[in-house]
Amino acid sequence: MGKHVLVIEDEPNIIEAISFILSRDGWRVDSHSNGHDAVEVVLAKAPDLVILDVMLPGRSGYEILTDLRARPETARLPVLMLTARGQSKDRELAERLGASRFMTKPFSNADVLEALRELVPA
Amino acid sequence: MTATLNLLVAVCLGYVAFLFLVAFAAERAALRGQGGWLRSPLVYTLSLSIYCTAWTFYGAVGYAARSGLEFLTIYLGPTLVMIGWWWGLRKLVRIGRTQRVTSVADLISSRYGKSTLLAVFVTLIAVIGTTPYIALQLQSVTASFASIAQADPNAAPLEDTRQIALSVAVGLALFTILFGTRNLDANERHHGVVMAIAVEAVVKLFALMAVGVFVVWGIGGGPAQTLARIDASQMGQWQVDGMRWGGLTFLSAAAFLTLPRMFQVLVVENEDEQHLRTASWAFPLYLLLISLFVVPIAVVGLEIMPAGSNPDQFVLTVPLAQGQDTLAMLSFLGGFSSATSMVIVAAIALATMVSNHIVMPIWLNLTGGGAVMSGDVRNVVITARRLSIAGVLALGYVYYQMSGGGAALAAIGLVSFAGVAQFLPALLGGILWRGATRAGALAGLSTGFVLWVWCMLLPSFGADVVIPGTVLAEGPWGMGWLRPQALFGIAGLDPTVHAVLWSMLFNTGGFVIASLLTFPSPLERLQGAQFVNVFQHSARPQNWAGGTAQSEDLIVMAQRILGPAQAQALFQDEAQRQGLAGYLPEPTPDFLARLERELSGSVGAATAHAMVGQIMGAATVSVEDLLAVADETAQMMEYSSQLETKSEELARTARQLRAANEKLTQISVQKDAFLSQISHELRTPMTSIRAFSEILRDGGGLGSQAQSKYAGIIHDEAIRLTRLLDDLLDLSVLENGQVNLNIRTGILSAVIDHAVAATGAGHGLLKLHRRRADEEVTLETDLDRLAQVFINLIANAQKYCDAAEPELTIAVQARDGRLLVDFIDNGPGIPRQVQSVVFEKFSRVSDQKAGGAGLGLAICREIMARLDGTIAYLPGQSGAAFRVTLPLSQRMAAQ
Amino acid sequence: MSEKPAPLFLERRSYRQRRLMDAARLAPLLAAILWAVPLLWPRQGDEAMPTSTSIIYIFGVWLAMVGVSLVLSRRLTEADDDTTTPRDGGGGA
Repeated sequence: MGKHVLVIEDEPNIIEAISFILSRDGWRVDSHSNGHDAVEVVLAKAPDLVILDVMLPGRSGYEILTDLRARPETARLPVLMLTARGQSKDRELAERLGASRFMTKPFSNADVLEALRELVPA
Repeated sequence: MTATLNLLVAVCLGYVAFLFLVAFAAERAALRGQGGWLRSPLVYTLSLSIYCTAWTFYGAVGYAARSGLEFLTIYLGPTLVMIGWWWGLRKLVRIGRTQRVTSVADLISSRYGKSTLLAVFVTLIAVIGTTPYIALQLQSVTASFASIAQADPNAAPLEDTRQIALSVAVGLALFTILFGTRNLDANERHHGVVMAIAVEAVVKLFALMAVGVFVVWGIGGGPAQTLARIDASQMGQWQVDGMRWGGLTFLSAAAFLTLPRMFQVLVVENEDEQHLRTASWAFPLYLLLISLFVVPIAVVGLEIMPAGSNPDQFVLTVPLAQGQDTLAMLSFLGGFSSATSMVIVAAIALATMVSNHIVMPIWLNLTGGGAVMSGDVRNVVITARRLSIAGVLALGYVYYQMSGGGAALAAIGLVSFAGVAQFLPALLGGILWRGATRAGALAGLSTGFVLWVWCMLLPSFGADVVIPGTVLAEGPWGMGWLRPQALFGIAGLDPTVHAVLWSMLFNTGGFVIASLLTFPSPLERLQGAQFVNVFQHSARPQNWAGGTAQSEDLIVMAQRILGPAQAQALFQDEAQRQGLAGYLPEPTPDFLARLERELSGSVGAATAHAMVGQIMGAATVSVEDLLAVADETAQMMEYSSQLETKSEELARTARQLRAANEKLTQISVQKDAFLSQISHELRTPMTSIRAFSEILRDGGGLGSQAQSKYAGIIHDEAIRLTRLLDDLLDLSVLENGQVNLNIRTGILSAVIDHAVAATGAGHGLLKLHRRRADEEVTLETDLDRLAQVFINLIANAQKYCDAAEPELTIAVQARDGRLLVDFIDNGPGIPRQVQSVVFEKFSRVSDQKAGGAGLGLAICREIMARLDGTIAYLPGQSGAAFRVTLPLSQRMAAQ
Repeated sequence: MSEKPAPLFLERRSYRQRRLMDAARLAPLLAAILWAVPLLWPRQGDEAMPTSTSIIYIFGVWLAMVGVSLVLSRRLTEADDDTTTPRDGGGGA
């Protein structure tokens, strides 16, 4: 069985695209589309990696990341941040908060796969 | 001669129909804003003449026949009050207008800390004091019918005079309900009623003077000879008792101010303070003219009528005896006018008091605080007022039936006067003395009331009716100092003077002493300062410190009471004054005071205070507020006005600078946020497009089903991208004002039809409610742009209204030359905290993505601005509600 | 929203107005005194005042007071009163 990845993203079409790409590469993919209880979902599903969107309904990706980093069980969990706001200050903020990787939408499918493989070696 | 009685009934009905027409025409004119002549000082002066009731018209002659010139005191008292308008009435009217007082009970209650207890007490005294007076009017109308029937040999003697009294009472109740409860707000005034009263005032004066002229020149042989006849009669010499002369003048002056019906026309119905100026001389002149011929009529009546005739009917019987049927008819109409106008106004005044101070508090208590938010208070108030009118007249009729009619008219009148005169210390003390307290008012009123009942009301029924004769003669349980007509053993006083003297003395004494001994509540002190210094003070009591009230709750309540149109206008006006857009002003103390005053025009001060209090939580008047008001006058004296203007100017400039700076910062922040938003909105669909196109490009074992699905997604997202760009361009064109409007003429219903069709609403889940009749309005505007706005609003309802059975109401109304189109759904509405930002770019109403970019309402706002209209969120409705306002240049319905 | 404070010093024009106000306040007192005069008249015997004289006197005072009130109400202007409120509608007498 492949590694487990959780996609937290509110656009259904983007979830579908990422799921397709990752499943084809042998990942087990779960998704969640809401910011409110994202942290609880991460704790419950215990994935090997999280793909996290910044603009989420209820709670921003930055807040969720801050929470994850503050908890011992998820402090080292690899997190790939995705954002549609391509400003450099967003990248700086993500890195300061402890994101493992930061990618701007739209992304190339190959880049995502490559980043994931680097973050979670098979 | 044969049909006198039938003719009389016919004339009477015709006259009543005429009065209906007058009242109706006046209402219509006022409604159309053409009521300039309705607001003339002459109409005001004539309306005051309801002071002259049937008691004057018939009773004055009888009074003169019995007691000589003493009857004049009843008219000299009011004359003194009117001549002295500058220090008394002027203040009363000013207070009545600034505080939006609805009745004498409301004024007293409002002055003493908006006390419900006082209001109830005053209302009860007023009802007790006025009921016999209404009975008296019914009696006089039936008596005059009987007099004419007697003189008509062909008519059968009147079997059942009660039938007449009943018809009169029912007719008056109908008239009063019809014209007296049309507007809820007492301060909107009853134009129809006032106009009808003014007409009746002319009729009764004309009738009495006609009889007088006939008596002096037709029978008496000219003025000189008539004067000689007077000297030769039984009232030939000046025989007036000094105590009664002074006492009754005082009593009538007091009653003139405190009678509920007089307070109604003097203060409540007053349109303009300046009218007092004219009335100050014109009303004394009216009183002079109406009393001018009383003595001649009495003297001639005593001479020519058979001994034992009732002098109360001379005005009618003297012309009848002389065969002057037309004059008698006119005289009858005069008496009829006097009686009816008094009953109508008294019923309105009492009904206002009963419904505002008894029914409403009880209803509020029974239904609890939630009633303010849920029930339709407006209907309750109007129903209460109508029932009260019917109740007051029923009481009058029952009293008439029980008393059987009989006692001389003047006696009932004086008892009634003395009853309401008990309000005088609390009333005058309240507007002249800041130290007067609620406890003082209660003490004075109750003492005076008890003494009045004991010394005047109960004995007036006669010995052994209510009070046993022995008690009257020896006092209760043999206590001689408690004899009703000789308190403290002081016998020999005239009973009326005795009762007035003691009741007023103890009333005033109790009022002053209790006021000196008690300490007023903060609210009382504030109201006291407001009333006593009404000419110096700004007219706003700072009752509400700190606003925790939700404006939305307040508007919901206000709509229930004032009606939606008036409430929305009030809130919008206040929001504008505070520099806010929309309908929700901040609940500042100033605004709450204003709202309370507006509400008190409908339900009385005490109830309005309680209602606002229920929403505000506990009424909190802090020491600071109190000091602020108390020091206001002193401070104003200290600062020279120049300094004040200067500092105001500085403060204003500083405020403007601060506002400009804030605006600049905001614009910069907004620009950043806008760019970032656009980036996000563009990149999101591009992400899907890129990801799926790469998947398709890489191919590799995709099923044909998956292939076409992914191609579909790419297609949809591309369209979304295009739409977003279209919207952005549209908005940018609109904002820069480069848009070309395509102004055409069309009908609103067609525009709405178009919008409904474009959104597919009506076929889907969403149920539409429309009133096509209202929509037949011709518009001259850019119809396509307007349709775009409507489409947006309907689409929003489709997206966000998540009721089980979603409904959308489109309501159209014209108001003040503007067309209002409301879109109201039954969903959860928009939360208070985001209402202010729904029209901003990229703001979404809810968390769920609904496909839009959040530009729709922003575009709507820009379009409406281009069309000289507005769009606003309308709070306090059943769900989300948007109001589109358009100018209505040509107001014509499509044929 | 606060109104202007009351002026401390009166101009010459205002002075006249103040005295007119005094007159307006005293008018009812004057009328009351004049109407109390008949109480001093003898009641009994031949000297008793005939009712016709009383009527002429009382109504004469009445008419005079109407005249006084008419003149005062026309001369008094609200402008020099302690304060002014917005008037709605036409002028006065």
